[in-house]
Amino acid sequence: MHLAYYEKTTDAAQQRIWTFYEAIKSELKRITLMFGWHGNILRIDLNRKSFEFDTPDPGLYHKFIGGRGLAGYFLKNQITLSYNDPDMPVLFFTGPLVNTQSPTSGRMTIMSRSPLTGTIGDSSVGGSFGTMLKKTGFDGIIITGCSDQLCGIEIFDDKIRFVSATALAGQTVSELNRMLKDKGATAVIGPAAENGVRYSNIMIDGHYTAGRMGLGLNLATKNIKYITVKGTGKTPVADPVGLKTADKDIFRLVSASPALMGDHGISRFGTGALYDLMDARHMMPTHNFRKTRFEHAAALNAPAFHKRFMPKSTGCHGCHIRCKKISSDGRPLPEFESMSHFSALIGNPDMETVMAANQFCNDHGMDTISAASTLACYFELTGKHPATENIMALLSDIVFQKGIGEQLGQGSAQFAQNFGFPETAMTVKRLELPGYDPRGAYGMALAYSVASRGGCHLRAYPVSHEILRKPVPTDRFTFTGKAKIIKLQEDVNAMADSLTVCKFIFFAASIEEYANVYSAVTGLKISGQELMKIGERICYQERIMNAKNGFTAKDDDLPKRFFEQPESCTDTNAPKPINREDFLKARAAYYVVRGLDEDGMPTKEKAEALGLI
Amino acid sequence: MEDIFKTYLTKMVHNGLIDGGNALLGLADAKLDWSHPDDPACETLAPLFDHLNINTLIFAKPAEPYWTIIDYLAQNAVGPITPNDCETRTFLHDLPVADNLTAEALIPILRHRKSAIVRNYGIVTYGTVSLEQPFVTFSSVCFACFVKFFSDFLLESKSGSLDDNKRKIFESVTAMLPEPIQTRPPELARGPFTNEKDLLHAICQAGKQVVDLGLVDSSFGNISYCANDILYISQTGSFLDDLADCIDPCPLDGSSCAGITASSELSAHMGIIKQTDCRAILHGHPKFSVILSMDCDVECCEHRGSCHKFCPYDRNVCAIPVVSGEVGTGPYGLCHNVPKALHDRPGVIVYGHGVFTTAATDFNQALHKLIDIESQCRIEYFKKTLKG
Repeated sequence: MHLAYYEKTTDAAQQRIWTFYEAIKSELKRITLMFGWHGNILRIDLNRKSFEFDTPDPGLYHKFIGGRGLAGYFLKNQITLSYNDPDMPVLFFTGPLVNTQSPTSGRMTIMSRSPLTGTIGDSSVGGSFGTMLKKTGFDGIIITGCSDQLCGIEIFDDKIRFVSATALAGQTVSELNRMLKDKGATAVIGPAAENGVRYSNIMIDGHYTAGRMGLGLNLATKNIKYITVKGTGKTPVADPVGLKTADKDIFRLVSASPALMGDHGISRFGTGALYDLMDARHMMPTHNFRKTRFEHAAALNAPAFHKRFMPKSTGCHGCHIRCKKISSDGRPLPEFESMSHFSALIGNPDMETVMAANQFCNDHGMDTISAASTLACYFELTGKHPATENIMALLSDIVFQKGIGEQLGQGSAQFAQNFGFPETAMTVKRLELPGYDPRGAYGMALAYSVASRGGCHLRAYPVSHEILRKPVPTDRFTFTGKAKIIKLQEDVNAMADSLTVCKFIFFAASIEEYANVYSAVTGLKISGQELMKIGERICYQERIMNAKNGFTAKDDDLPKRFFEQPESCTDTNAPKPINREDFLKARAAYYVVRGLDEDGMPTKEKAEALGLI
Repeated sequence: MEDIFKTYLTKMVHNGLIDGGNALLGLADAKLDWSHPDDPACETLAPLFDHLNINTLIFAKPAEPYWTIIDYLAQNAVGPITPNDCETRTFLHDLPVADNLTAEALIPILRHRKSAIVRNYGIVTYGTVSLEQPFVTFSSVCFACFVKFFSDFLLESKSGSLDDNKRKIFESVTAMLPEPIQTRPPELARGPFTNEKDLLHAICQAGKQVVDLGLVDSSFGNISYCANDILYISQTGSFLDDLADCIDPCPLDGSSCAGITASSELSAHMGIIKQTDCRAILHGHPKFSVILSMDCDVECCEHRGSCHKFCPYDRNVCAIPVVSGEVGTGPYGLCHNVPKALHDRPGVIVYGHGVFTTAATDFNQALHKLIDIESQCRIEYFKKTLKG
């Protein structure tokens, strides 16, 4: 491939002097103050095709850590802008543990305002991009402005190039990755984003998805087709021996975790290992959440996929769990959510269609959960049969915005509203719900409703205790005590997304063990409890941002279906509708423990107490 | 809320962790509730909920003989208490000690660890999910301190370094130990079992019997039975004496992942089923078996300190093999050593961890073996201390 490129337009000599000065300043700071972080943030202005280095006060790192926390800090002043305003930033942030020997730390956060939900839009993503970014000497990238033509950004250590990508318009993720394979880690968008699909993804290294929030469209509106990053640097660690000891404690706990490393755990089967359990617990969203078990589940579970596709294991940089599975023909096996939604949710019994739909979405840069959920809504409203050809044709129509695909590409909430039946969209804050029916786990019901990015399972991940029995089991059919549990787990997961580590490892380890890792890496002695306090600050900051965009208690709610409609089957074990009064009481209790007012709005007092004002 | 408090208070009494009702339980959601709101300790401990990100707490003085042991260790500790058993190594790390029952003394400790032993007062533990966390932690602290006290005593006895005070405490504690099991327990359901209902009943019955006999606390073990090419095994984090709805069916052919919530020792159980002729497997952490498994006479061993991971010697305690192995499936997982060690042996002891026993048809023989191993280890322990 021949790519024309153009250098940035600022005076080169002046820029070099300034860059040299910044590098000296940064290095001094690193040597004297910083372990774990580099103290450098790369700011890219696409309007001028220019960049500069920002060296925030170390106190800012201590206060927001990195990843989701730090990205949120840099987003908050622009959060009321439209997602496609040139001044709306797209932020890529790693955490202090990235590019060290810390377990599962090969992750990062990408954040902006979501085109799908209008809330803050962040995604924690694996692959090698976070590690490579850290190797360049940057803790994060903030991109503002808009390129006048489709472009790529190529980063090699502290060298940044803006490259024309007009010839790459419409390229799929796999094609693009083949072209970029020598340029390091990749973050690319596919045709879905270029064509305006509101749930388009940024794809990392071809297989890892920064999904759910439509972040692909954020890049597309800036005319960015891809970003590559390659670095050669190391991340300084304050106490390598202490880190080794802390790592050992975590590895021991991981080995003891059935959900992670057990015979049926996600290390062996990927997250698809959850498929059987969700069906057995009557929590498998089926036929657009009208049923909770899928009659073909036994033939479509993770062992069946493994038998047919004989996958090999891979994983994020530096992770020994290796939950990503790639089939013998090179296709990624679907994650649990994609398995569940492209089978049970849309009523599809064909395994190859699940694989093909998953592959198609990944290759075109489109969120599988939202795509499948929007199809499920479409099938319910039109009464059409989800045959293989319908499914694949509709996905193609969405990506290329043809016919009904143009409406479906706006997400199920908009589609159902256009159709006159908004209640058939299974969304919270316009984000399609993932593969856990909340009628089977009341903590999940509360967590979906209050999550700052909409109907998300990962903010508090109550599946951990309500289903997987970790750290201890809780009664999944009660709201008693759940308000505080959800709040505390949100704080922990905000911390995981800021460190940045994989949330799955908290099936085994706790914030107590990760505090030791953090202390060893950064040299800052801190307890798990203090890290949770920072997690609380990060969550509250997100509530403040959403409140600025008009989100209130009315948005912290579930679709009516979960309160009203008994499952359309005769199975006596099927879960009952959620009692609305109990739900509202639990939500009110959550507001109390989160320090919000009765309408779910942040208060000045709490914001001050958390150091946010 | 009262029902929840009652459930855990009953569990604590049943496991011999406290004397009747002698525990303060706190649970916070939008507001903080206490099991005994009039207890003056409520006022002392309430600030913990404000300063720590927790939602549950247990404060109690453990029942005897635990309290004498724990207070002795606490009074003599310089820094945290550091037992070497598997529970501590894997989950607790160490057991910090506080001088006073005040929020000021406890908060800095509980910021780093799940429990604090308060000299002269008792144990404070907390959770971030449910009361089950502080309950399990409380039980683990009692177990770990018991094992450490008796292990240390044996070691010092053999080296001739015991002082009079420790001897006195030892005698006092020994006098408070429950009587050894000397008669055969009531018969359990007779196997082999072929239908699911019968075998689930048999698992629940055997699990309860193990706890009722005082062999182990309810959270210290797991149990399985294999029939029709399915291994039925207790779930992770389940209580041996309350296994109804906590048993996972795991097909031997691996055709389902429903066992993702199965015990962390599923791999070991699967290995035993595949490598031996047994159907029933019992695993528990009886104390004297654990204590003796850590008593090694080899001097100057280069592997000292990592015996839980690797041991080059064929060790036996009371003719029962002792093997190394950590919880679960890691490179040092006990699943690699236990199945082969069980060949033609009544059971196997995992270093610092617990005992596996098996039987061909039902749980009677497996339970008898567990009782026998623990009884023999207890006798052997006291023989050794006398010799020392």
